[in-house]
Amino acid sequence: MTIRVQTQDFDAGLEMSLLRNARKDTGAIVSFIGQVRDINEGDAVSLLTLEHYPGMTEKALEAIAVQAKSRWDIFDALIIHRVGTLKPSDQIVLVAVTGAHRGEAFKACEFIMDYLKTEAPFWKKEVTRSGESTTERWIEAKVTDDEARQRWTKL
Amino acid sequence: MKIKVFYFARLKETLKFSTEDLELPDGENAGTLTILKLKAHLAKRSDVWQQMLLGKLKVRGAINHELVDDNALIADGDEVAFFPPVTGG
Repeated sequence: MTIRVQTQDFDAGLEMSLLRNARKDTGAIVSFIGQVRDINEGDAVSLLTLEHYPGMTEKALEAIAVQAKSRWDIFDALIIHRVGTLKPSDQIVLVAVTGAHRGEAFKACEFIMDYLKTEAPFWKKEVTRSGESTTERWIEAKVTDDEARQRWTKL
Repeated sequence: MKIKVFYFARLKETLKFSTEDLELPDGENAGTLTILKLKAHLAKRSDVWQQMLLGKLKVRGAINHELVDDNALIADGDEVAFFPPVTGG
């Protein structure tokens, strides 16, 4: 398993290629990329800053990946999450899961994202623009993210 | 007892504190200091602290990098953190 929290961008193609070639019995790679939108709650977003808790963030991501691996029949999981200041269309997060077959890999990848959204210590602050003026605001946690996480505890 | 406290995101910004070393009297705290008790202790500092830690904002706590609830016990030497609900991904 690989966990990386970094300011620099990542090359999803390269990461996928490394996972693809890691072992010959891999039959499925499922990945998710999250990126910065230029609009939120109806306002134009010009910048997004991500803060984290060095030490705890890495541990939390590791724990989520370990849980995914114990729950589904997968080979490997990769999580890369960026921090610092990003702009619209920049990549924020990459989660990639490999396995023999797609079913388990799809579920594990979605599980990792749902848990990351609610358990890993990252906080987003956005700069919105309206005409000449810009406003900074912290993004609020969403109830729908909690619900998305909850459904994994019922299965 | 001595502990280290970290603040993140909106809390860090509003309280103007990112981290501090706290020394608390052993008699009143050893073996009984919970996250909630620490919040109440810090809230006495000013109205802003009161609003941030015990107000409407949901504040999550962590001890030694593990998410915990308000009843979790803090021990000597622990690293405690307070922050709003997370919004990564």
